[in-house]
Amino acid sequence: MANSNVVLHVADVHKRFGGLHALADIDLQVEEGKTHAIIGPNGAGKSTLLNVIIGKLAPSSGQVVFDGAILTGRKPYQINQLGIARVFQTPEIFSDLSVMHNVMIPAFAKRDGTFTLNMLRALDGETTIREEAEHMLEDVGMLNRRDMQAGSLSRGDKRRMELAMCLIQHPRLLLLDEPTAGMSRHDTNTTIELLKKIKSRGMTKVIIEHDMHVVFSLADKISVLAQGRIIADGTPDEVRGNPKVQEAYLGGAH
Amino acid sequence: MTNFMSRNDLLLLLGFTAVVLTMPIWLTPFGAGYPDLLQRFMIYGIFAVGFNILFGLTGYLSFGHAAFFGVGSYAAVWSFKLLTLDAIPAMIFAVLISGLFALVIGFLSLRRSGIYFSILTLAFAQMSYNLAYSVLTPITNGETGLQLTLSDPRVLDAAIGQTYVGQPVPTLLGQQLGGYAGFYFCAGFLILSFFFAQRVAGSPFGMMLKSIKSNQTRMQFTGFNTRPYALSAFVISGMYAGLAGALLAVTDPLAGAERMQWTASGEVVLMTILGGVGTLVGPVIGAWIIKYFENILSALNDNILTQFWGFLPEGLADVVVKVTSKFVGDGWHLTLGLVFVVIVIFLPGGIMEGVRRIAAAARRSGPPGAKSRQQQPAE
Amino acid sequence: MFEVIFLQFLNGLDKGAAYALIALGLTLVFGTLGVVNFAHGALFMLGAFCAVMFRQFLTLETVTIDPTQTSPWGAPLEIRTPLVQAWFGDFGAVLVNYSVPFSILITIPIMLLVGIALERGIIKHFYKRPHAEQILVTFGLAIVAQEVIKSVFGPNPIPQPMPTDLRGAADIGSWIGFQANVITYPLWRLIYFLFSAIIIGGVFAFLQFTTFGMVVRAGMADRETVGLLGINIDRRFTIMFGLAAVVAGMAGVMYTPLLPPNYHLGMDFLVLSFVVVVVGGMGSLPGAVAAGFLLGILQSFASMTQIKAIVPGIDQIIIYLVAVVILLVRPRGLMGRRGVMES
Repeated sequence: MANSNVVLHVADVHKRFGGLHALADIDLQVEEGKTHAIIGPNGAGKSTLLNVIIGKLAPSSGQVVFDGAILTGRKPYQINQLGIARVFQTPEIFSDLSVMHNVMIPAFAKRDGTFTLNMLRALDGETTIREEAEHMLEDVGMLNRRDMQAGSLSRGDKRRMELAMCLIQHPRLLLLDEPTAGMSRHDTNTTIELLKKIKSRGMTKVIIEHDMHVVFSLADKISVLAQGRIIADGTPDEVRGNPKVQEAYLGGAH
Repeated sequence: MTNFMSRNDLLLLLGFTAVVLTMPIWLTPFGAGYPDLLQRFMIYGIFAVGFNILFGLTGYLSFGHAAFFGVGSYAAVWSFKLLTLDAIPAMIFAVLISGLFALVIGFLSLRRSGIYFSILTLAFAQMSYNLAYSVLTPITNGETGLQLTLSDPRVLDAAIGQTYVGQPVPTLLGQQLGGYAGFYFCAGFLILSFFFAQRVAGSPFGMMLKSIKSNQTRMQFTGFNTRPYALSAFVISGMYAGLAGALLAVTDPLAGAERMQWTASGEVVLMTILGGVGTLVGPVIGAWIIKYFENILSALNDNILTQFWGFLPEGLADVVVKVTSKFVGDGWHLTLGLVFVVIVIFLPGGIMEGVRRIAAAARRSGPPGAKSRQQQPAE
Repeated sequence: MFEVIFLQFLNGLDKGAAYALIALGLTLVFGTLGVVNFAHGALFMLGAFCAVMFRQFLTLETVTIDPTQTSPWGAPLEIRTPLVQAWFGDFGAVLVNYSVPFSILITIPIMLLVGIALERGIIKHFYKRPHAEQILVTFGLAIVAQEVIKSVFGPNPIPQPMPTDLRGAADIGSWIGFQANVITYPLWRLIYFLFSAIIIGGVFAFLQFTTFGMVVRAGMADRETVGLLGINIDRRFTIMFGLAAVVAGMAGVMYTPLLPPNYHLGMDFLVLSFVVVVVGGMGSLPGAVAAGFLLGILQSFASMTQIKAIVPGIDQIIIYLVAVVILLVRPRGLMGRRGVMES
């Protein structure tokens, strides 16, 4: 069963909140370099699953393994240092700081680790990281906004910047929690273009999404979640034709 | 040079140094050019600069920093009593002890954030204060306060055969640190403190502190363990407080528990907010303004007021004198409280924000060439 | 031995009652408005000074000169009559004697006004601002309040005599079967305890049994939903702030015979009452009451000489120590709801 190029393995995970069985019998294998989408109607347990993966919630049973390391019980910063970066549903950014600094900060985490008392050098003297951040901003098309305060960006730009903040760490696994939620059509399309662009770099991605347009334009593999269980698993075409999926989407409250 | 310090930072430091060193000259017309007050300007400036590293950069509001100030004072006086009257060992000793103290209190308090953090620091500071007054009397000398006597051992001084006559006074390499010598001694430390704060704020470490204030969740998901960063900021600011407390003991070698009370912690909060929280220069200016008006306003009395308002018609003058007298002299804290409330409501960035706003307004009404250089952030 | 323990328990009650009353208002304001009010101690202090003011007003005197009589040293005799006595006769004398309890009558409207003015004028602008800024602005207000009082009433404590009939001690021991005079307790402290019990009971009944209280409790649980129902929760919260001010004020009035009020009374009680709120659990009313009494009684036991002999200085720090331990081990406090302010 264990595939050699499986990089993230959610193994037999159950999660109960009191009497509520939020996740049941979840077994999920994400292959290296693939974009794996998790879809499902509202309340299916997508966010719970994501929170279990990144260690914010402890599963009631089962475990999450990333490249041989068990994630359960690790702190968010330790999980990040293993090479997992996360994009949030509402962008989590440093609103008071400039766009440039927002993108530089994660690069320091990658270079210096969880904690360093780096006081001897001036920020302006960190030329390598500065150049890296500039490249990254150019990649996401935001170099002209480098000196703006991050809090004053549009929602789409905040998302793009957050992506840049994740990408500058060259993560092995990128988790995206509804990356286009609350976005205009235009912002959604530019975000999809951006995600397609980074797809070619061979980074593994897990996307949680309920916008089908986004899912089918990006995913290599789709798992469908309904009422805490995986009801279908496969390529976009397989999933599209699956009667169970159609029932869950049409029958469930959407 | 740029690897170490930017041009702007260097200019700021040089300007700051010049302003501080020439204070005895330019403050004389304002009635503040005497060493006693100038020393306090330096000491509370250091206290506020350090406090800002924790509150301004990292976003943790401590209501217990007076405890570290007090510990610094006690440690310095003990150094004068047991080791030597020379000030340098006292400073080192005080900074180390208060740093250690801050490490313990910070380690515990930083397990919580927000209001709980504030209350934890408050509780620790009140414990220190109450203990200093009661069971710790052998160390603190209780209500009388710890002071120097001729019979103190001073082992280092004794070892080199140094003896004293009269009231012992702290020295620097044999030079007594009273009056202007005391001022320049403190000024040196303020400039050093300012320089170090600049280093902190302008370094990657400082940027991490600012990011903790901005978004702690993102910090953690970015791979940073935020606890040691916050703890470092806490200890650094505690050491600043200890340094300031020690300098107060140098200029006036008597340490009392009242400087550890939580309202004394409140005062440094006032200074930082008044000047401009999160800025480098703001807290120092806040400290200077509060200490200046504390001296000037509290010295005003009805006679001076009557003279001042003398140009008004007699009946009106009496009323005005009566009203204004409530805000000066002993009542100057009322003025301070009112100003503080107004600042928090209308100008949360303090004086520095006020200056920025005025400068921005001036630029807008200035020559058109200046206008086009301004970047308009798009919404 | 039982007598000693019982006596310490009693000694802790009145202080505990004061803590509970202040903390009740503090936690009510936090629970409803989400505001961390550092000016709450000042409200306690203002209440105490309502009593001072009332008594000063009652004891205003007229001086009449009786030319037909002379004083022992030959000058015309001055006769001083308190105004109230001149107006109301014997009732006036009773009024002066019972000035402390009577001043509650003026304290209620004054504190209600102060509370509402404070909330409408300043606090409401800080609902959405961070807790740190709420602390700062209310801390500033507390300074202003105490300095105003200082400039009007001076820096020294102003003793308030308790009514002459209530000065003795109650022989509580004999009521419950001990020998006479083994366990006695000052009558006024007993009254203070009963008074606080009534106020606390009243506040709980008000929140439990009135529609107003029901809406407020619903608002504490979920402000947004209540707002969606079209209920004007803001006005009710304003009144809650006024109510909290009244409770703090009354607590201050009745405490004056036990502790002569001075201008920094509020700051002295502020820290303690915050500690009480935290120990009880932010936003929990029963928690505040329980923690108030618990800490009052703990403090009383800690100041026993037998205890101090074992742990020197414990009486000075016991309350803070409890708070630190609670905050580190169980940050939601004894009775706080899970998830409220737990970070």
